[in-house]
Amino acid sequence: MDQGVIERVDSVSARYNNDREALVEILRDLSKEMGYISQDAFAALAEKLDLPESAVFGVASFYSMIETKPHGQHVIRFCQDAPCHVAGGREVWDALEAALGIKFGETTPDGQWTLMTTSCIGLCAVGPVMLVDEDVYGNLTPEKIPDILARYTDAGGVA
Amino acid sequence: MKSLEELQKIKESALKRRSLGQEGARARVTVAMGTCGIAAGARETMKAVLDEIEKRQLNDVVVMQTGCMGLCEYEPMVVIQVGESEPVTYGKIDPARVLTLVEKHLLNNTPVEEWRVQTNK
Amino acid sequence: MAYRAHVLISGEPRCVAKGAREVEAALVDKLHELLLGDEVQVMEVSSLGHGDKGPELVIYPDGINYVNVTPEDARFIVEEHLLKGRPVDRLMYKELPEPLEAPATKEVRVVLENVGRIDPNNIEDYIAFDGYAAMAKVLTEMTPEEVLDVLKQSGLRGRGGAGFPTWLKWTFARQAVGEKKFIICNGDEGDPGAFMNRRVLEGDPHAVIEGMIIAAYAIGAQQGYFYVRAEYPIAIRTLRVALQQAREYGLLGENILGSGFNFDLEIRMGAGAFVCGEETALMQSIEGDRGMPRTRPPFPAASGLWKSPTNINNVETYANVPKILLKGPEWFASMGTEKSKGTKTFAVAGKVKRTGLIEVPLGITLREVVYDVGGGILNDKKFKAVQTGGPMGGCIPEQYLDMPVDYESLASLGSIMGSGGMVIMDEDTCMVDIARFFMEFVQEESCGKCVPCRVGTRRMLEILNNICEGKGQPGDIELLESMSQQIIDGALCGLGKGAPNPVLSTIKFFREEYEAHIYEKKCPAKVCKALITYDINPDVCIGCTRCARNCPVQAISGKAKETHVIDASICIRCGVCKQVCPVGAVNVG
Repeated sequence: MDQGVIERVDSVSARYNNDREALVEILRDLSKEMGYISQDAFAALAEKLDLPESAVFGVASFYSMIETKPHGQHVIRFCQDAPCHVAGGREVWDALEAALGIKFGETTPDGQWTLMTTSCIGLCAVGPVMLVDEDVYGNLTPEKIPDILARYTDAGGVA
Repeated sequence: MKSLEELQKIKESALKRRSLGQEGARARVTVAMGTCGIAAGARETMKAVLDEIEKRQLNDVVVMQTGCMGLCEYEPMVVIQVGESEPVTYGKIDPARVLTLVEKHLLNNTPVEEWRVQTNK
Repeated sequence: MAYRAHVLISGEPRCVAKGAREVEAALVDKLHELLLGDEVQVMEVSSLGHGDKGPELVIYPDGINYVNVTPEDARFIVEEHLLKGRPVDRLMYKELPEPLEAPATKEVRVVLENVGRIDPNNIEDYIAFDGYAAMAKVLTEMTPEEVLDVLKQSGLRGRGGAGFPTWLKWTFARQAVGEKKFIICNGDEGDPGAFMNRRVLEGDPHAVIEGMIIAAYAIGAQQGYFYVRAEYPIAIRTLRVALQQAREYGLLGENILGSGFNFDLEIRMGAGAFVCGEETALMQSIEGDRGMPRTRPPFPAASGLWKSPTNINNVETYANVPKILLKGPEWFASMGTEKSKGTKTFAVAGKVKRTGLIEVPLGITLREVVYDVGGGILNDKKFKAVQTGGPMGGCIPEQYLDMPVDYESLASLGSIMGSGGMVIMDEDTCMVDIARFFMEFVQEESCGKCVPCRVGTRRMLEILNNICEGKGQPGDIELLESMSQQIIDGALCGLGKGAPNPVLSTIKFFREEYEAHIYEKKCPAKVCKALITYDINPDVCIGCTRCARNCPVQAISGKAKETHVIDASICIRCGVCKQVCPVGAVNVG
């Protein structure tokens, strides 16, 4: 097993005092920091918390924001609920797919981007909206997409 | 804080700090920074406000942020109050409009009617 | 020879009365003068849509409308726009900027009083407006029983949906025996289109914290949790800052304000599971498990978090508490109806002129919400229904618009108050499609524990899909009704028990729409793609080729200046042709 994975799992778990009751928190942090939770990470965490691996995986798979499969460095979660759809969400979605060259659920070959959808984030008045990692963007138009994507790929990183 | 008296004191000093005019600052700019505001670009608006105020050295203007004003489709929203006059709420304020607001309202005390949001009482 | 530009001029009587013929003559005249007669075609059409601002013309391919055009203007437009390629800004028709107007009429702010007024990241701003004064009064002057009594007199009921009396819930938790007791704030607001709690958490976090401290004192708890959905990162950040400041000011922690009372709060985040808004599922999630509901009883007040007595309320309920203790129960009870006191926040969305988040006294009528607060239906279309209560709520039709908005009235119509989502629908909304939309949502969010919910919602969704696709069978409506009843009887939690509500309420009030889909294979609102057709009215079509050029599947054929035809076997019913047609020649049947 990869020593780096074990160390990362240990440090995140220690943040919550190796408390089994903070399992959802630990899993969410791991998912965020490692991009996704690998089989190795599940095994390491199960051992750390003295739980069956299946129980740890069972909890992880219940929550849609805990990733159990690899994804890109940045994750776009696009709101597909009705109000955003009506506000022109489809055109923006098409622009996203075109700009990234991938479809829903896919990751770009360079590992930079994953395209997902989210349930309503309650920003219907400024729809269409999307989350890029934890940053929220509203009043989207197809024209705004390249500019927003560039903020994450340029050397300076996120503004 | 360990007593009611201390709570009361903090309240009084906070009220004084918030007041404009004789005791407080000359004017206040408030930017709505709820999720809706940020999604519509309130961070850029806030940055433009701070830049403009620094550039012109307006040391008597206070800038603060607040939550959602409940008119999300008009975000980014900005409230400007000069002295003891009624605060004016503006809608759809992007960085370009900030410049105009600073010049007309903050510096010359002339509200920009075009962008004003009518809040019926 | 193909023309490089087309000028359409409105021949509407109002335009003609104001000189459209003279404008047309001037256009043609100037075009010939500049030798553009072979390059630019002038055509008269029946209407361009702004007859009140006539004479009106539109120039393609640019698609620019000019209004209030005089013959002099026409000559100028030819020279500037058509010869030199510079559109004339002065004469262009522009959508007037909507007057920025706040929907503040009828609003009464209690919970939202501070939101948008104070800096949520500065605890002193909250203190400046009497923040923590109610808590101070409670901790120094009142017994827990007195607090419960004030709440009882106020008539406050849970704002999360079910409307259980808050004082009673607290009393159960107070009376329950347990070494440790807990307070939970349910901020797992997941209904699509509803964001009342986020606004409070982001704009006035200390009000919720103060309400929780008071609740903790009343029931005897020393530890509390905020459960907030992870989709609200800014609310979580604001809350973290607020908790830190409250601790620094000695308003959380040990011996608060020298009263000897200890209490602290932690934040727990959801991770993307709608069902965690259900209180027993939420507690499972805090304990680090799959967030699946369990049977009640035992209720959380007796055996909740880690089997200890637990009080759980939502954000808005707690935010009301400090105000009630400060201003008195009589003040609170003076707002609302006999059984539903105080105010409620609603997220108004859908086909109204003004959408947004409002706070109104309970007992306001639906009509007032739609027409006074919402400003009426968008584009002056006809009102059809209002959906309240989110995915577990129901659709209320026009004949009940004068019903007061309170817990009992909404329940009597097969809907619920819920957390406060309201979606207003107009005549262009298909009620079967709406029922399908909500069923899709609950089907996806069903946690899978109970078979009636897990399998039943899937089967119901399949039937609804079939109906919308024109494959509905006689008996489908009755089958939906009986399955609904089985799910209501068999599911454990509110999500399952409420899942059939959108279907049942639309069948109850709009049964004829279901029947039209099933028996006539028609969608009266012209929404369900399989049940509609697009065709072009040859009397109106001007052969401008826009529809054919914009059709994504090349289903439209026709030459320039000739009538175009849609091939129904290729058409995907996307509606683009209807959107781009400059003369309204495309019909939906």
